[in-house]
Amino acid sequence: MTPSAPLPEAIAAGSGGESPLLELLSGFIVELRAAGLPVSLTENLDAMEAVTHIPLEDREAFKYALGATLVKNHSHWRAFETVFEVYFSLRGEQYEMVDGQWLDELDLDELDEDGAGDGDGQQGQGGGGGDGLSPEELAEMLFQALMRGDQATMRAIARQSVKRFAGMEPGRPVGGTYYLYRTLRNLELDGMLERLMEQAREQADGPLSNLEERLEKDEFEGRIDQLKKEIEAEIRRRLVADRGVEAMAKTLRKPLPEDVDFMHATRDEMMSLRKAIIPLTRKLAVRLARKRRHGRKGPLDFRSTVRHSLSYGGVPAEPKFKYPRPSKPEILVIADISGSVAAFARFTLHLVYALSSQFSKVRSFVFIDGLDEVTSYFEGTDDINQAVHRVNTEADVVWVDGHSDYGHALEVFWDGYGKDITKKSTVLILGDARNNYHQSQAWIVQEIERKARHVHWLNPEPRSYWDTGDSIVSEYGVHCDGVWEVRNLRQLEKFVETLV
Amino acid sequence: MPYAARMDPRFESVTAVRDSLREVDYLSDEGIAGVVYLADRLQKPILVEGPAGTGKTQLAKSVAEMSGARLIRLQCYEGLDESKALYEWNYKKQLLRIQAERNTEGDWSDIEDDIFSDEFLLTRPLLEAIRATDPVVLLIDEVDRVEVETEALLLEILSDYQVSIPELGTVEASQIPLVFLTSNNTRELSEALKRRCLYLHVDYPDMEREKQIVLTKVPDITENLADQVARVVRSIRQLELKKSPSVSETIDWARTLVLLGVQQIDADTATDTVNILLKYRSDIEKATKEFANNGEFS
Repeated sequence: MTPSAPLPEAIAAGSGGESPLLELLSGFIVELRAAGLPVSLTENLDAMEAVTHIPLEDREAFKYALGATLVKNHSHWRAFETVFEVYFSLRGEQYEMVDGQWLDELDLDELDEDGAGDGDGQQGQGGGGGDGLSPEELAEMLFQALMRGDQATMRAIARQSVKRFAGMEPGRPVGGTYYLYRTLRNLELDGMLERLMEQAREQADGPLSNLEERLEKDEFEGRIDQLKKEIEAEIRRRLVADRGVEAMAKTLRKPLPEDVDFMHATRDEMMSLRKAIIPLTRKLAVRLARKRRHGRKGPLDFRSTVRHSLSYGGVPAEPKFKYPRPSKPEILVIADISGSVAAFARFTLHLVYALSSQFSKVRSFVFIDGLDEVTSYFEGTDDINQAVHRVNTEADVVWVDGHSDYGHALEVFWDGYGKDITKKSTVLILGDARNNYHQSQAWIVQEIERKARHVHWLNPEPRSYWDTGDSIVSEYGVHCDGVWEVRNLRQLEKFVETLV
Repeated sequence: MPYAARMDPRFESVTAVRDSLREVDYLSDEGIAGVVYLADRLQKPILVEGPAGTGKTQLAKSVAEMSGARLIRLQCYEGLDESKALYEWNYKKQLLRIQAERNTEGDWSDIEDDIFSDEFLLTRPLLEAIRATDPVVLLIDEVDRVEVETEALLLEILSDYQVSIPELGTVEASQIPLVFLTSNNTRELSEALKRRCLYLHVDYPDMEREKQIVLTKVPDITENLADQVARVVRSIRQLELKKSPSVSETIDWARTLVLLGVQQIDADTATDTVNILLKYRSDIEKATKEFANNGEFS
């Protein structure tokens, strides 16, 4: 495998003495594994060899060397970056803590330097440095920096404002988000975008066209995001210096996108889930189409066999088979879209419709305590997000009070659409089966099961919560072919694959 | 030793890689140049992944061009097997040989030795790359298209740079080629394959780099127009689309604008030509709507 270079020694020699780098690296890899990244032993060794070829002071190159050897899946990159920031952002002396005191002077020096580097002397060269600035002056400086897209000054201001506004004290057990909130509140970034846009309008020769407005806005939004990231990074650096690498890495540990729980995803996680689902559906579609083509062979094709036997002098040496044409199932999705399980229903609908070419027909119904068919929303549009949005806003799903009533919803379904279920239909019921102590009407599921080919129940709750409180999933479950725990993309992907 | 002797590294430093890539009109970023440099030093293949049209295949071609190496390309597809990828015995020639031998008094084992020799071997891209004595870059394109089982064909060559032929023995590389594998990520590649490679994700370039790419690839374009092109494309990529515009589509768009003699992109020009950037009707509608909207309510 890896050539037998004396790796540890090489690293030790590279960093001088006791090889603190090696130790740091193995801690880093342990943390990556804890965050869920599958790092094998070979990759570990590769990483250690890779860093010997990279000049250690080049932080970017160092990061890419580790990334290329340790992260083999792009969706893990963010998790890698977070851990990397925690472990290797402190490698400069300027972040050393001396007796619990921050070395703030260095921050100021740097701010001065950056200001002087600008040339146009925004904040009075040679003056008292960043500390002497009033909050108004700082805000003005920030405005100018954002206007010009001046990275260095933005970074310096991020540092300065964290120091000034976050009120960080060593040993205080407060999370990073609190400090972030305090800093941002004091910087008043909300009005900033408007001001920047006004300035841009003034600077332009004529009035800005709509397109130009839009481009400017995207540009400024990008810069403000950049600033927020700088501030976050600065807070993280300071927290790491205060609490130590391991503790910090642990608090920042987040599930990988495919493991995020549908029911408890934060807004950011939702965004990353929505991004992750598109490549996932594409991947699944390819895989399923391939599976269909490469399934077992069809029956003997007599004509073709005889035709080919001619080239062997009439001996049917090469039997030919018909192309297999497995029947495609018809899918009926019945989804609970009340409150907590809405996100789950949305992802499942998205996935099912993205794969609709794999099914002969897809019909969908949504309910809370009433039930409505929403198939038409998905027809004639290729924007699934739009359709899902319409489902959430337009479907008529409230009957009495807008609390889930599985019994009534099933009744409406059975009366209205029960006759449409045939031996070709596969019925998917999505929901946590929390029925608010209404009647279960489980006989309907039994009837459906009798008429349909398969009935699957997908439950977004962890298995241990089933049948606790008002959840009656097993009452329905006994009549289903399967009850599946589907809490994250990984489980959803697995289920859909077995479905086809 | 299963390895060919360690060769002299091809590249001085990351910066050197970057500069030479620039000379052949490939604008890399820190990550790309860094991984290419490492691949040479660690003598490992690179697995390049990323959205379509971001220059994955071009990277291999450019590296070949900059190092003056011959590019050997293996295009993967479903049903690729070892007779297409590695080597094949030339049956017809072997048959002829046996026929010719029939009349003479020959020993069977002589013939057998004879027909399983180099002369009757048809080399396919992988074996060719291994046996080459001149510098080569091996490109295994769209490796995600082969079945999982076929991937195993690649493992020996990727980790040990050798090919075992049962009748002949093991062919070792006389020099270690730089190997690029590209994947559009239509399926998860096997762990075994990933473990043997360095991983490089090539994403859409940031605005500044995209502008530079447009400037290099489209002659006669003004700096101002290139800047606008890059900015519009960046805004479009921020929308939730079925398929974001790729770099090659950006270049096509810029070329079109130059041909049309456009100096300044306004909403009308953008709307008229957006079908070069986007290929789905719903995407085009969405983008057109955004062009008209000044962004206040989006």
